[in-house]
Amino acid sequence: MNELLNNILFLPEQASTFAERVDRLHYFVISVTMLSSLVVGTAAVFFFFRYRRRKPNQATEYVVPSVKTEFLFVSLPLFFFLTWFVIGFRDFVFVSTPPKDAMDVYVMGKQWMWKFSYPEGPNGVNVLHVPANRPVRLLITSRDVLHSFFVPAFRIKMDAIPGRYTQTWFEATKPGTYQILCTEYCGLSHSKMLGEVVVLSAEEWDAWVKEQRKGALQNRQDALADLSLEPHPARMAEQGQKAAAEVGCFKCHTVNGEPHIGPTFLGMYGRTETLDNGRNIRVDEAWITQSMMDPGAHLVAGYPNVMPTFQGKLTGPQTAAIVEYIKTLRTPDIRTGASQGPTYEPIQ
Amino acid sequence: MQSSTATAGVAGVPHRPQVAAHFASLEVQNHAARLGMWLFLATEILLFAGLFVIYANYRFLFPEAFALASRELNLNMGTFNTLLLITSSFTAAMAVHYAKEAKNKQVVLMFVLTILMALGFLVVKYFEYSHKFHEHQLPGPYYAFPGLTLPGASAYFTIYFLSTGLHAFHVVIGMIVLGWVTLKAMRNEFSHHNYTAVELGSMYWHLVDLVWIFLFPMLYLI
Amino acid sequence: MSPSSSIAAEPGAVPAPDEHHEHHPSYLVDGTTLKSWLLTLDHKRIGVMYLIWVLLFFLIGGIYALVVRLELLTPGPTIIDAMTYNRAFTMHGVVMIFLFMIPAIPGAFGNFMLPLMLGAKDVAFPRLNLLSLYLLLTGAVIAIWGMINGGMDTGWTFYTPYSTHTTTTVAPILFGAFIIGFSSIATGLNFIVTTHTMRAPGITWFKMPLFVWAMYATACIQVLATPVLGLVLLLVVGEHLFHFGIFDPAQGGDPVLFQHLFWFYSHPAVYIMVLPSFGVMSEVVATFSRKNIFGYRAVAFSSLGIAFVGFFAWGHHMFVSGQSTFNAGVFAVLTMLVGVFTAIKVFNWVGTVYKGAVDFKTPFAYFCGFLYFTVFGGMTGVAFATASLDVPWHDTYFVVAHFHFIMVGATIMAFMASIHYWFPKMFGKMYHEGWGLVSAAFIILGFNATFIPQFLLGNAGMPRRYYEYPERFQTLNVASTAGASLLAFGFLISAIYLTYALVYGRRAASNPWRSRGYEWMTESPPPTHNFVGPQPTYPEEPHFYVEPKKAEVPDAV
Repeated sequence: MNELLNNILFLPEQASTFAERVDRLHYFVISVTMLSSLVVGTAAVFFFFRYRRRKPNQATEYVVPSVKTEFLFVSLPLFFFLTWFVIGFRDFVFVSTPPKDAMDVYVMGKQWMWKFSYPEGPNGVNVLHVPANRPVRLLITSRDVLHSFFVPAFRIKMDAIPGRYTQTWFEATKPGTYQILCTEYCGLSHSKMLGEVVVLSAEEWDAWVKEQRKGALQNRQDALADLSLEPHPARMAEQGQKAAAEVGCFKCHTVNGEPHIGPTFLGMYGRTETLDNGRNIRVDEAWITQSMMDPGAHLVAGYPNVMPTFQGKLTGPQTAAIVEYIKTLRTPDIRTGASQGPTYEPIQ
Repeated sequence: MQSSTATAGVAGVPHRPQVAAHFASLEVQNHAARLGMWLFLATEILLFAGLFVIYANYRFLFPEAFALASRELNLNMGTFNTLLLITSSFTAAMAVHYAKEAKNKQVVLMFVLTILMALGFLVVKYFEYSHKFHEHQLPGPYYAFPGLTLPGASAYFTIYFLSTGLHAFHVVIGMIVLGWVTLKAMRNEFSHHNYTAVELGSMYWHLVDLVWIFLFPMLYLI
Repeated sequence: MSPSSSIAAEPGAVPAPDEHHEHHPSYLVDGTTLKSWLLTLDHKRIGVMYLIWVLLFFLIGGIYALVVRLELLTPGPTIIDAMTYNRAFTMHGVVMIFLFMIPAIPGAFGNFMLPLMLGAKDVAFPRLNLLSLYLLLTGAVIAIWGMINGGMDTGWTFYTPYSTHTTTTVAPILFGAFIIGFSSIATGLNFIVTTHTMRAPGITWFKMPLFVWAMYATACIQVLATPVLGLVLLLVVGEHLFHFGIFDPAQGGDPVLFQHLFWFYSHPAVYIMVLPSFGVMSEVVATFSRKNIFGYRAVAFSSLGIAFVGFFAWGHHMFVSGQSTFNAGVFAVLTMLVGVFTAIKVFNWVGTVYKGAVDFKTPFAYFCGFLYFTVFGGMTGVAFATASLDVPWHDTYFVVAHFHFIMVGATIMAFMASIHYWFPKMFGKMYHEGWGLVSAAFIILGFNATFIPQFLLGNAGMPRRYYEYPERFQTLNVASTAGASLLAFGFLISAIYLTYALVYGRRAASNPWRSRGYEWMTESPPPTHNFVGPQPTYPEEPHFYVEPKKAEVPDAV
């Protein structure tokens, strides 16, 4: 039955736990809709014939609905609508509430590609590897404009909003490859912003993770692959602190608010800095990243132009991790405003 | 929105206004005009409501920056402006009173006072704006005030300029409308039978004042 | 002027033609200079001018639609490049919504019929009415100028931050929409005041025709919701030009705030588009079933109910924008209520046909299409409102199909019904009934063929605003485009025979449908001041058909 309806309605396969729930409600709604439309339509067509005009000036009976009839017409739809609301809202809460043991993946939408990054693994562009039958939480943001992360086979969707993280989750039920499509208009190549979720069975997943840690390359689309051979700490921020220490950031930047050779990291994220060209900017991920890659491009006023570039010395994930680390260095009374930095708290 | 036209008074006696052909009577015509003006005022309230919502949203996101930025505004000037507008509303209301009694000269006086006070309001606003330009307390990317660098401060001034700018625009429109009604009063048109234009102009002016009465605490007091 | 013969005593009967034609020319010929049209204060002439212009805008929007559908015939590039396509679907939306759907039924038929239905000589503010028309045209010119200069590519919803960063011509188009907003407010204001103050003696609130109730509810929405759109348009244009940062996260702004402000107008806006069509359908179904409306008060109150609840449902456009689950729940429930009000109407319309005397003419054919499309479109709306079903469907072709079912399926069917029902009233001519039914058939079938595949595309997961798409979606897209050409063909046929009828059509009787609607209680076309002779006596209630009248105007002239 499920298969039949799935095919008639042109629905994609159900590859997640949420998909199964959504489709059940879908079938319920559509069957009631079709049935009631049939009833209403048949009644209407019957009336058109039975009550056709036989004389030009034909008089008609004055029909007034009884209160009971009107009540029926109101309560019957209302009953169905509220039932569907209860079921639908329950499912909506389901998809909005990731389970406690969900594995986290960071998703960043950017014109016009998807970037994925694991707290303890490599990152990827346009291809997301996940294990089957394990809940996966997606922490989604955007680098530039609105995007929306949509996997039809999982029936999940969540907007990618610049300046904040949104979250959703899924539990894939079948190994396979499922398409990701961007569903919020984002410019010229919006329709080319496609990706793939590769769901691996338990053994395949373990093998894949081991491969990543050994540094073997698989289908990378750019040079952002993590070539490190060591297991990484679980959280990106700790990773970032480690990376910053390794490449020598703390030689010039303090973390306790004291000015030094370079601006202090404490409270840096979200701060409004005045640049040497007089312009004001608000420090965000993009600016911090650029400062690491091309420090002289936008120098904070008052500081000497002595910062070396880390292009080639820091990999993409390391750079992102350092950004995340800096974001955790906030004073209590500075809010990061609309940009809600990730808190990395496990789900309560 | 006016459908009544009145011929200029001869020898100081205001005439009964003409009733437009489609209205049942003068009473209906006046009622329609008043209802129309109330509906228009409702649209203006909704227009400004959006700005209040925007303020509330960013105040929630940047409470410190907004509180500190609001301290930068000149409370004395703001209070003075509020008093000016409230008084101008009073004179506008008095104008309606005099129009009903056919005292057109007093109507002119009252409206001239209203317009002068509006002008005073705009002059004070000019001083406030130029101070902000001087201090670089400007919207968005143009913000460069060194005394307040918290994130969100520029958003405050964006909202400040948008709300007070939109309000000032409505003040100017109000002045023009009242000016036009004053001209009619100078032609001795108003009386117990015909004071609709005065009433509607005054209603509009009260709205302009009312918006400021909400803007003032939102921007200056909290 | 004493009316002659036995017709005089009948309520609502029109005085015999001969005595009055020479003294009271119809509004069409009362003044033949261009100036008498361009500076008219006659609501009927203003209505006709609205009709001409919205039909032109419909054509422009339709051409954009055909370009979009042609491009979607193949998964890859077909006839235009990506940027042109992005502009085309944006312009299709902007033109159809702001230049056609919002002004069409209120501007053309509301203007013409409201005073007639209330026994009034004109609307409350005729000069404001004329200004309304010119504001629409001014805004349209500015927007079209923007379109010619490249057009914007943001989608008609112009979400930030993309709309404030894109280099396409956002400013003139949004500014044009801003001006058109004033036209909408002015029309709404006029109708509300007219309804309150200009009802003829004998027409109390519950003796008003249902079209008036629908227009009144629409007018309330126009007056209250449009200012918020005005503000949002102003802010986005300002941000696009000066980069204030109100909606730009890079400067601390909040893109979701934009969505809230935008949808606060744009959701009630869809009721501005659809409520007038509900009003028309009430008139048509009563006339062509020759029967009283089944549940008059329920239908009247449900119009107000839709208008009211419609203001509290905007968040259902934002279920996947990251807002809280609690918010989502509240909006979901409130949206369901709108569905209940619509269901009330549907049942009452079908109930009207029960024990009626159905005359299956072209307007009634459009009613049939309308009924079917409203039920389906409405039910899919309820399905969306469950929130969980919205997650896979949001921003896919399922949404596109849903709103086209309502906007084209319901509203445009009603618009076509209005044209055909009131054609003799407005122009005194009659169109060819056979061609009317043929074009209705093409339009209804073509519509189904265009948009049912789009429901399935949405189910399959094809997102909106896609220039290129994965190959598996091609079959359905081709089907949809084929349907679109049928639909266009149907409109073309109606354009032809209606224009023909305008010029060469047979002279119509004053009340060819034998309707008891109040607007039929005067000649067709009406004289300039609507009613001549004694005030018509109004029946016990509107849409009242219990006894046959001795004569409701003889047939031919």
